[in-house]
Amino acid sequence: MSDRLVVEAPGPGAAEVAHRPDPLGHFGDWGGRFVPEVLMAALDQLTDAFEEAIADPSFGAELDALRRDYAGRPTPLFPARRLSEELGLRVWLKREDLLHTGAHKLNNSLGQHLLARRMGKPRVIAETGAGQHGVATATVAALLGQECVVYMGEEDTRRQHLNVVRMRLLGTEVRPVATGTATLKDAINEALRDWVESVGSTHYSIGSVVGPHPYPLMVREFQRVIGDEARAQFLEAEGRLPDLAVACVGGGSNAAGLFAAFVDDEPVRLVGVEAGGRGPQPGDHGASLGLGEAGVLHGARSYVLQDPDGQVLPTHSVSAGLDYPGVGPEHAFWKDAGRVTYESAPDHLALDGFRLLARTEGLLPALEPAHAIGWLAAAASDGRVAPGTRVVLNLSGRGDKDVETVTSLLVDDETPADPADA
Amino acid sequence: MPDPGTEVRTVPGALPDDPAGPPAPAERLEGRLEALRREGRAALVAYGVAGFPDLEGSLAAFRAMAEAGADVLEVGPPYSDPLIDGPVIQRAVTAALDAGTRMDDVLGLVNELTASVDAPVVLLVYYNLVAHRGPKRFAAELAAAGACGAVVPDLPPEEAGEWLEASRAAGIAPVFLAAPTSSDTRLAAVAEAGRGFVYAQASLGVTGLRASLAAGIEELVGRVRAHTDLPVCAGIGVSNADQAAAVARFADGAIVGTALVRRLADAGLPGLRALTTELADAVHTARPSGR
Repeated sequence: MSDRLVVEAPGPGAAEVAHRPDPLGHFGDWGGRFVPEVLMAALDQLTDAFEEAIADPSFGAELDALRRDYAGRPTPLFPARRLSEELGLRVWLKREDLLHTGAHKLNNSLGQHLLARRMGKPRVIAETGAGQHGVATATVAALLGQECVVYMGEEDTRRQHLNVVRMRLLGTEVRPVATGTATLKDAINEALRDWVESVGSTHYSIGSVVGPHPYPLMVREFQRVIGDEARAQFLEAEGRLPDLAVACVGGGSNAAGLFAAFVDDEPVRLVGVEAGGRGPQPGDHGASLGLGEAGVLHGARSYVLQDPDGQVLPTHSVSAGLDYPGVGPEHAFWKDAGRVTYESAPDHLALDGFRLLARTEGLLPALEPAHAIGWLAAAASDGRVAPGTRVVLNLSGRGDKDVETVTSLLVDDETPADPADA
Repeated sequence: MPDPGTEVRTVPGALPDDPAGPPAPAERLEGRLEALRREGRAALVAYGVAGFPDLEGSLAAFRAMAEAGADVLEVGPPYSDPLIDGPVIQRAVTAALDAGTRMDDVLGLVNELTASVDAPVVLLVYYNLVAHRGPKRFAAELAAAGACGAVVPDLPPEEAGEWLEASRAAGIAPVFLAAPTSSDTRLAAVAEAGRGFVYAQASLGVTGLRASLAAGIEELVGRVRAHTDLPVCAGIGVSNADQAAAVARFADGAIVGTALVRRLADAGLPGLRALTTELADAVHTARPSGR
């Protein structure tokens, strides 16, 4: 495997922060390939195909055209004036919620499905948690005429029913997964089981910067368009870099895409916000980086929520997309290197964030980035983020899918969604 | 540190600091399989989930399989994310975890088992259980419990440095998988790194029952043999006596898991004993030179 890929011009701090993993996919001690032998050949094939594609101008041109004409890139960087006034900060929102299908996941799907076609694999499978990666997968499969199966935890098919309907309308078969905790973790297990059997004809499109090499690297590279655009847009608007970039972290793909562009800009503070759920007890949250330990899950070494025996723990989050006991290995690397700080926002703070953005800007955020908004608001009020700080926050998806969840929770919360119901 | 792969192959079984001591557990496993090979017979490698139907029940099941003719026992500690296992084994694993089976229980079971049966015992254990306990500690505990080796199905040789070192120090066999999709280069690496036997994956896919044996398994066993003198056992999708016998004609062992786990779940110990006898007979008499 060559080293020709994505070596950026070194900026401040570059010596401490790897831009690409070693040839086996290690970011320092993290990452790698912990998969059954039967998949190793496919991972080699995928790695080669990815590196060849990235070096091939025609691949880049096709991807760029689809991003522009189909997906709606570049997405705007929106100065959120009323939110900024309320928080005493200067907040810009990277509007991935405006991307076709309503979330950043499409960036990755476009890249991976083009690769699948390039490898001559007519079938694409995927896992999905909140359903956003599933919808993006189903969408691009329809666009490119690929056969498509999406695995989704049974629990998630209930709380994200709208996305199940969308996938089926797009011609994708949705297979509910009832094993284990019946959420994202188990959907990935089931997709891997499918892939073990179908690897010759099938590409597995993982939706986040998790999994065995090359996925963490590849998905980051397909998502870094978020950060590259945001950085250029901020420079254009303000003539300087932001002080702080914030994104939510489940598996960590929207955060990796944003941070990748700023990781060399030493003065830019980077904060990833994990799901604090109901609290710090085992099983009550999804804060792998904050509360997990080193482990191997879904093919990579990273921080994993696990019990003293190494059994992977159930998780909880109000948002299906952050309800995951692992995290991308590069985040583990960034955490250990001290380059990114990982915080968490509990469910109630995410709901606060949801309402705050809806009320101040007329934007319903997905519950995932609502964690980042909730954290930012709390951090602004207790001084962890200083007044006047220039912030780029990745609004990674829109909240239509979450309206029912939020409505039921707000009623539970005794905070009426509609004063008329009070 | 010497290179973990070559050290093991050039001085089979010998611990560097104890060249004259008793045979290392890995040697005992290899010795058993090689003795069968000299007799012109293949081995039945029988799998069960530790803690299923419960801890005592699984101990009794392993003993019953040994008594009924299993040559090697494969003990699977339950794991929350068994990604190479199909529904039958998943259900057994979930039941074992729900019943509260811990790794200490599994090691205790292995200890009792090895004290009471002659068949070599290996584990089939997912890597996070090894990594979280610490490879060095886990390998030492396995050896102390009398186990001869471990198959770690989600650990390819590239990532196995720490585990190879720990296995060698403890004298247990690190068993690797060879797959139909493996290139010859990869098969060479698998053969070079492993001890005990090479686990040839009989079919693409996860553990489970198949109507017929996958085409190409004989070819894979042959390709593996080009790289090593280690015994080669085939499993995953070996579902009944006919299939086990077919495998036994060209491999050194037939590994059966799902069929036995399902029989134990459906028909208890008597049923398990009967199926094991049937499988053992089929495997042991598959070749004309056998008994």
